[in-house]
Amino acid sequence: MSERTVKIASRTGLHARPAALFVKAAADQGVPVTIRAGDGKPVPAASMLAVLSLGAEQGTEVVLAAEGPGSEEALDALAELLARDLDAEESTDA
Amino acid sequence: MPDELRGIGVSPGLAAGPVARMSPPPPLPEARTVTDPEQEAATATRALETTEARLRDRAAAATGEAHDILDAQSMIAGDPTLRDGVVARIKDGADAPHALRDTFDEHRRTLEGLGGYLAERAADLDDIAHRAIAVALGSPMPGVPDPGHAFVLVADDLAPADTATLDPDRVLALVTERGGPTSHTAILARSLGLPAVVGCTGALDLDDDTTVTVDGTTGRIRAGVDEKEAADVRDRAAEERARLAGGSGPGRTSDGHPVDLMVNIGSAADLAGVDLTDVAGVGLFRTEFLFLDRHDAPGLEEQVAAYTEAFGFFTSGTIVVRTLDAGADKPLQFLGLPEEPNPALGVRGLRVARDRPEILDTQLEAIALASEQTSADVWVMAPMVSTQPEADAFAARVRHHGLPTAGVMIEVPAAALRARRFLDVVDFLSIGTNDLSQYTLAADRQTGGLADLLDPWQPALLELIAGCAAAGKDAGKPVGICGEAAADPLLAPVLAGLGITKLSMSPRGLPAVRASLAEHTLADCERLAARALATGDAAEARAAVIAASS
Repeated sequence: MSERTVKIASRTGLHARPAALFVKAAADQGVPVTIRAGDGKPVPAASMLAVLSLGAEQGTEVVLAAEGPGSEEALDALAELLARDLDAEESTDA
Repeated sequence: MPDELRGIGVSPGLAAGPVARMSPPPPLPEARTVTDPEQEAATATRALETTEARLRDRAAAATGEAHDILDAQSMIAGDPTLRDGVVARIKDGADAPHALRDTFDEHRRTLEGLGGYLAERAADLDDIAHRAIAVALGSPMPGVPDPGHAFVLVADDLAPADTATLDPDRVLALVTERGGPTSHTAILARSLGLPAVVGCTGALDLDDDTTVTVDGTTGRIRAGVDEKEAADVRDRAAEERARLAGGSGPGRTSDGHPVDLMVNIGSAADLAGVDLTDVAGVGLFRTEFLFLDRHDAPGLEEQVAAYTEAFGFFTSGTIVVRTLDAGADKPLQFLGLPEEPNPALGVRGLRVARDRPEILDTQLEAIALASEQTSADVWVMAPMVSTQPEADAFAARVRHHGLPTAGVMIEVPAAALRARRFLDVVDFLSIGTNDLSQYTLAADRQTGGLADLLDPWQPALLELIAGCAAAGKDAGKPVGICGEAAADPLLAPVLAGLGITKLSMSPRGLPAVRASLAEHTLADCERLAARALATGDAAEARAAVIAASS
């Protein structure tokens, strides 16, 4: 089991557009990834409802976890995404 | 013989066309025994997939915030956790519609428990649940209909998600069974320039494709009219649009009494593409946008930049900036205010400065710095002022920052009653009719069933406005209106007749209000105002003014 700890950078927290971008990216990874906030229960990162329910704000520390082949790359990609302020970036698909 | 229905006209204009109703959420049938759980699970899964795909299509057709909301909704419909929950319930014996309902409810409760932004999203879950259940039952999909031709949209009430993809070229008018003058439907209709009637009992009983005429001024709907009457209304609507478009010049009555026409804005973006010819300035610059979704208050430089950008649209005229209007009713994260049992009566508006004066001081400093960049007059006013010492203290702070013109909003009846004393210490008053009606008639703006009480035509509200205007006249100081009421062209001459000197509204409202003022002399306006004040309630006041104008 590999893990990455990262602080949410987006201004609005892990809600709305940042949550949508993250969940889409998680679903696109070849391996199941979980996310947890603090000591909370790990939940599937590809679940919009579960991710929203974390209630993660800007600055909240979350832990991403995965195992098996491809997990390192998946975790790196997702951690990098959360470390960016996604609210500040232009929507490319609107 | 056509049937006549009555509601509250909230966005002026005439329209005629066939009804298309927004389907109500499908009723949940009695639970039934499931004989083939695999088949049932497949039905439920398909319902979720279909809902996800349709929401994705709607997201693709939308832009901006509407796109983001619909995109997030489609992802919720496609959520694997949700699907697993539904399938698990079916294995335990539930049928597809009940399994969907119960699973959505469970997630709804979780989001509600988290509060704030997520609690608001809980209502979105209901919308998605209704869609999925409709697919599972084979019922018509709830939401804005698409009959393939232009139509009058009839609904119970409209939510932001319903209207996100509404096509103003297809929708001729909006009619809702519930809702009031400040409801989402009313605000949306005015911003799109669509005639609208809300609080119209019996509207949902109209059959699809019935031809109706809608009068967004009087609130009158005629159902089952013949083609001749419909064509007649369409002709009048076209003439009306042509007449409004032809108006120009500053706001004034037909005998030249000036009433300044101004615009309400939330940021510089609202001014892009707006024709500001003959506009006397900004009557209400809401500053909340800078403060939303933040963990800390915006810094001085950020505020200076935002205000400078908006001020840059004007080289003359007046820009009235309202200081931060937030609090228990419009929670802002960084304020860290506790939840209150009765937020409308809690710590909001200027009351926030009791504990956090530094937020107000930084804002005033930023406004003062930005005002140096424009040759327009920058005025500042505070929201939710109740007593004269509050007004006095606010005016002193404003002047301390080098800003010469300080005013207060009149939203609390106590303030309206003491307008005369307020004007001893401040330079102008601006009446926020939305809040003033909620507090005067003791009717919560969030309660749809009380829309008639919140109607700005209520004589009690008009009497408070008259008192403020008279105080202004005696003091030689301006008294304006910046609530939704300012955009009502039928009410504009009444307000002018009461002595109001400035009307500030969303830019779309300007042509109709300008045209309406230009049709009356000041003496006419005063006569209409006296008629309205002499009535018993809002419906009577409106009827009396319509009768006296025609």
